[in-house]
Amino acid sequence: MASSNNVTFPNKLLPYLLLAPQLAITLIFFYWPASQAIYQSVLREDPFGLSTQFVGLGNFRRVISDPNYLNSLQVTIVFSVATTLIAMTIALLLAVMADKVIRGKNIYRTLLIWPYAVAPAIAGMLWLFLFNPSMGTLAYLARSAGYNWDPLLNGNQAMVLVVSAAAWKQISYNFLFFVAGLQSIPKSLIEAAAIDGAGENKRFWTIVFPLLAPTTFFLLVVNTVYAFFDTFGIIHAVTGGGPGKATETLVYKVYNDGFVNLILGDSAAQSVILMIIVIALTAIQFRYVERKVHYG
Amino acid sequence: MIQNNPIGRLIAHFVLILGIVVVAFPIYYTFVASTQTLQEIIRPPLSLLPGGHFWENYSSALFGGVGRIGGVGVDRLLWNTVVMALGIAIGKIIISLLSAYAIVFFRFPGRMFFFWLIFITLMLPVEVRILPTYKVMVDLGLIDTYTGLTLPLMASATATLLFRQFFMTIPGELVEAARVDGAGPWRFFKDILLPLSKTNIAALFVILFIYGWTQYLWPLLMTNRNDMSTIVVGLRKMISFADADTEWHLVMVTCILAILPPILVVVLMQRWFVRGLVETEK
Amino acid sequence: MTYRITSLSLAFGLVLASSTASFAVTEISWWHAMTGANNEVVETLAKEFNASQGDYKVVPVFKGTYPEALNAGIAAFRAKQAPDILQVFDAGTGVMMGAEGAVKPVADILSMGGSKFDKTLYLPGIVAYYSKPDGTMLSFPYNSSSPILYYNKDAFKKAGLDENNPPKTWTEVWDAAKKIKSSGAASCGFTSTWLTWIQTENYAAWNNLQWGTNENGIAATDVELKINAPTFVKHFQEIADLAKDGTFRYGGRTSEAKQLFTSGECAIFTESSGGLGDVVKSGLNFGTGQLPYEAGAQGAPQNTIPGGASLWVFAGKSDEQYKGVAAFFNFLSKTDIQARLHQVSGYLPVTMAAYEATKKSGFYDKNPAREIPIKQMLGKAPTENSKGVRLVNLPQVRDIENEEFENMLAGKQTAQQALDNAVKRGNAAIKQALGQ
Repeated sequence: MASSNNVTFPNKLLPYLLLAPQLAITLIFFYWPASQAIYQSVLREDPFGLSTQFVGLGNFRRVISDPNYLNSLQVTIVFSVATTLIAMTIALLLAVMADKVIRGKNIYRTLLIWPYAVAPAIAGMLWLFLFNPSMGTLAYLARSAGYNWDPLLNGNQAMVLVVSAAAWKQISYNFLFFVAGLQSIPKSLIEAAAIDGAGENKRFWTIVFPLLAPTTFFLLVVNTVYAFFDTFGIIHAVTGGGPGKATETLVYKVYNDGFVNLILGDSAAQSVILMIIVIALTAIQFRYVERKVHYG
Repeated sequence: MIQNNPIGRLIAHFVLILGIVVVAFPIYYTFVASTQTLQEIIRPPLSLLPGGHFWENYSSALFGGVGRIGGVGVDRLLWNTVVMALGIAIGKIIISLLSAYAIVFFRFPGRMFFFWLIFITLMLPVEVRILPTYKVMVDLGLIDTYTGLTLPLMASATATLLFRQFFMTIPGELVEAARVDGAGPWRFFKDILLPLSKTNIAALFVILFIYGWTQYLWPLLMTNRNDMSTIVVGLRKMISFADADTEWHLVMVTCILAILPPILVVVLMQRWFVRGLVETEK
Repeated sequence: MTYRITSLSLAFGLVLASSTASFAVTEISWWHAMTGANNEVVETLAKEFNASQGDYKVVPVFKGTYPEALNAGIAAFRAKQAPDILQVFDAGTGVMMGAEGAVKPVADILSMGGSKFDKTLYLPGIVAYYSKPDGTMLSFPYNSSSPILYYNKDAFKKAGLDENNPPKTWTEVWDAAKKIKSSGAASCGFTSTWLTWIQTENYAAWNNLQWGTNENGIAATDVELKINAPTFVKHFQEIADLAKDGTFRYGGRTSEAKQLFTSGECAIFTESSGGLGDVVKSGLNFGTGQLPYEAGAQGAPQNTIPGGASLWVFAGKSDEQYKGVAAFFNFLSKTDIQARLHQVSGYLPVTMAAYEATKKSGFYDKNPAREIPIKQMLGKAPTENSKGVRLVNLPQVRDIENEEFENMLAGKQTAQQALDNAVKRGNAAIKQALGQ
């Protein structure tokens, strides 16, 4: 953790008490079941747990030697980078614009936040009705206009589709926190710069953006984790990993192998690998990206 | 005021409207579908303008469709969902305020370890650990209880991370000043930290309320009684993609109705988004 | 005075009755994945059964999609809290059968209900699908359907085809599809839902071709896929060729293609008989016919195989609960219930009696499409190629097939390559799933 210039309180016991509630819930409802799920990765077991066999690292070996696994890794990188970038850039742009206008500010904010309220279960259905080549109205219109929109068979279009669906869901979330972040930047600082003659662009990049960095960093971490772990529902609803394996991300594979196909050992081994990848990635973010973050 | 640039503001309006069109279009489209007949929906392309069956569809969904959801009234499902959404939002905000406070404003052995311990919980979705999690819930007798619906979902790192990020921007002088004034950790927390965090708490409340409201798999798996179920599960029960006649127009109506309460929360929270203490400081 | 006594004894009697009721009623939990109108049918059935007797109470609980319901059931079983009845989709049959100790065969349960279980009363094609190699029925078929042909009568007329004479063989389908496309009667000639279930599994059964070894997995779990045999390759190459100019349009892995038909884009369409409801509601002027067969195939048409879901009963429950389950299944098998289920929700009837009763009522004169799948399944006694398809990991093998089909339709490989790959990858996945 980048050490900030915060002055601290000297209490010895109090911090543990403050941490206790969260730790207790985390240990009981997360670590205990998760450790069993991870133990699964060295077992080969039928779904009902009737026959269990210890296989050591056999599941890992098989997962890694699968040529499709490398493909999934590639797909995941493209998907995650694109989703995170698009979702954050658009949200930041909208938040800055919403901060700028005076009239209609609240209406804009409300309209931009509430798409987040659409349950993921419903979101998938909406995409089906808009963009699915068979059912979607927009797809139908594109086809009538002579554009060959067929994400069911065209892997690149399918990727565009899942990235936009995943980013779409996250824009409102990012927008909300950027708005909150912008709110806590003292207007006096910006005004001082304006008096010094700094243009709007310059004011944004020299004052607003650096002050927004803690929020941006938070969103970077959350969005990366979101793109890696929380998007299998969207992929499941929109493309099912297809066409071929064009949109099969690592977490979709974990979900599909474990939850749908009930191959528990492989799925567990994959989620362990995935966790290691993301923990490493996050550690890198904390170690290197956070250095550039300026706190208070 | 700095912004005396009418063109800049015009561009801002334009960008925002464009953003809304993109972001809110699917919801608008659901609304459009909810005012059409079933036949119009299942024979694409669907019109981009609302149809003329608004009253018909909404009244039949509201007054005719109540019995559709597993013999349990919609009011009961809504109540469960409200309890779940509020429980998760409030509980999570409290426990993560406390833990972030500990991590940022105290130095103690194992600080980093605990931070990462909490942080990793972001990384294993429920679907992956469903079998053992269910077992724990059964062992603790939490199936079909409000505790079971809310407590396990309070443990997540997002909120802790957000507060940590925010607390770290609070100038050291503020803490120093408080200590000089003789304020202990509790008074500092209550009188300075909480008021400063207002905007972030509001933003988080919106997000968490919606998170709780839209939960699907958790209540589906952790409740076995229809009267403990939630509105999203009830909604999903009405939707069928294959092998059954789905009353799509009524499904669309229910979609719209299901997202109304979260929208209400967003609107009500708006006034919290005014500049807090920072504003008066200048 | 007499009045008093009677009312008193009446009141006493009522109290007694209600207290024994609350004592003795055994609850039977039924976890299901039925949505929409089918969900209402589930609720109604439970209500009617509960009202029909006082000993048992069936409590249906919605548990999400088929995979979600299966996961919920498995999680509950592992926590020793399994429901009494769990609805499992067709492709999950292999998984359930693999779990010998976790489930109790329905045949055993039905004979616990007092009357002896008589298999001959049930539709043979369906029973075969849900039975062990030795013929023991393992699960109770709740909702079954089978694929049939739908066609757009208006488009047929426009293209100069006989609107009362649907194509019977695949060659006829291709000819009609080309004619429809070239005449501009519709922008696409043919589409199909479920290329796996309809164009592969049912294609094999209907043309009496081997899909996999060991009677397609019915006789033993160890299966080698045979779907790269010349007839399959020819069939899929024909589809791939038609896809090049849009005469065939791909709609997706499951039932999404239905909209291509209801929107009028594609004029001929193969889909589950369960999809009839949506087609009717779309208001399209359509006709139905039997699933097309391969004119050159020996013995074709043979019989089609069911899809849908069945009800499984978990092991380790009390005799009282099993008696309740038996009573409920007997209730579901009743002719009037089955006939109604069949006519209202479009599932295949489970019993012969329900089929006969529906026929007698003249229902099929008005709804000929409802009889087609039954005739397809009853026509001939199932051969070793047409009892069904069963794998411990059927969903996974279907994924593999879909991936290869998609690469074929996108023009990246020929049908021969696609099917060779599907066989190779599928066989490896089966071996792995069996722990070999």
